[in-house]
Amino acid sequence: MSPAGAAAASGARRAVVRQALSVGVATGAYGISFGALAVAAGLDTWQAMALSLLMFTGGSQFAFVGIIANGLHAAPAAIAASSMLGIRNGLYALELTHLLGARGPVRVAAAHLTIDESTAVAVAQDDERTSRLGFWVTGLTVFVLWNLTTLAGALIGNLIGDPRTYGLDAAACAAFTALLWPRLRNRDAVAIAVVGAVVAIVLSPTLPPGIPVVTAAAASLLAWHTPRREQP
Amino acid sequence: MSLWTAILVAAAIAFGLKLAGHLVPAHLLDAPRVRRITAALPIALLAALVATQAFTGPGGSFVLDARAAAVAVAVVALLLRAPFIVVVVLGAATAAVLRALGWA
Repeated sequence: MSPAGAAAASGARRAVVRQALSVGVATGAYGISFGALAVAAGLDTWQAMALSLLMFTGGSQFAFVGIIANGLHAAPAAIAASSMLGIRNGLYALELTHLLGARGPVRVAAAHLTIDESTAVAVAQDDERTSRLGFWVTGLTVFVLWNLTTLAGALIGNLIGDPRTYGLDAAACAAFTALLWPRLRNRDAVAIAVVGAVVAIVLSPTLPPGIPVVTAAAASLLAWHTPRREQP
Repeated sequence: MSLWTAILVAAAIAFGLKLAGHLVPAHLLDAPRVRRITAALPIALLAALVATQAFTGPGGSFVLDARAAAVAVAVVALLLRAPFIVVVVLGAATAAVLRALGWA
């Protein structure tokens, strides 16, 4: 590599580390709201920590505690909703596995760190080495901060007492809105969201808690048809 | 099912899905239709979660209360490109203030 090429490569590596750390810090901040919401939903601090350590995928964790807050009878629906939200990580993994070229235990670690943020940083890079660096630095930074802030949030949540007084139930609504927002990129996405929401509300008075949410997932079948711009 | 069992089962499935993507040959899921539907799944689920968490009361009936106001404030904050944590704090503060004032 020419000296200029080497300088450019090290510049790209510094840039991806900066990007990875800033994504990690921003995501870590959600951990506080997750920890507080988890204890408000009836989990203890260890259970909130177990979700962040072992499940480690924010959207699924928020969905799980949101539904389990209705009681243990909602557990199957909570598991179903968190699992369906986790399918996208499997799709990210399909893209990442060639890029990372990891084997054995390293691949298992890579699987655990396969989330929205690490994938986004990895696929945004121009070359393979920078992608790998971006994936690992983002994944590890988010993992450490997400778990530390979950603990902080759970401890704060325990001090608060009745979650309604501080609007923690409404914080969950705002959190789901914020998780949904960046996905509403086109008219098809908005239509799917509206159908999902209407189905869930219409079914809520007649079905046990959590089941309407899982049923509303069927709205994603609206994506069966080919978007107009993709037709020949 | 105990809460611990539910947590461990859900966590095991979440990890299994991630690992499967690293082990399964990519072409199995390459159909564009499968990709579109799996991409749409989080949209439908998150919208349903917003709807049930914000607009249903005891017994699943439709209600408009402090939580609906919190979602409205969250949407305004998101339109103004506020970061996640700010959106969540504003949502909580909206409901807390409305309740403290006895308005919702």
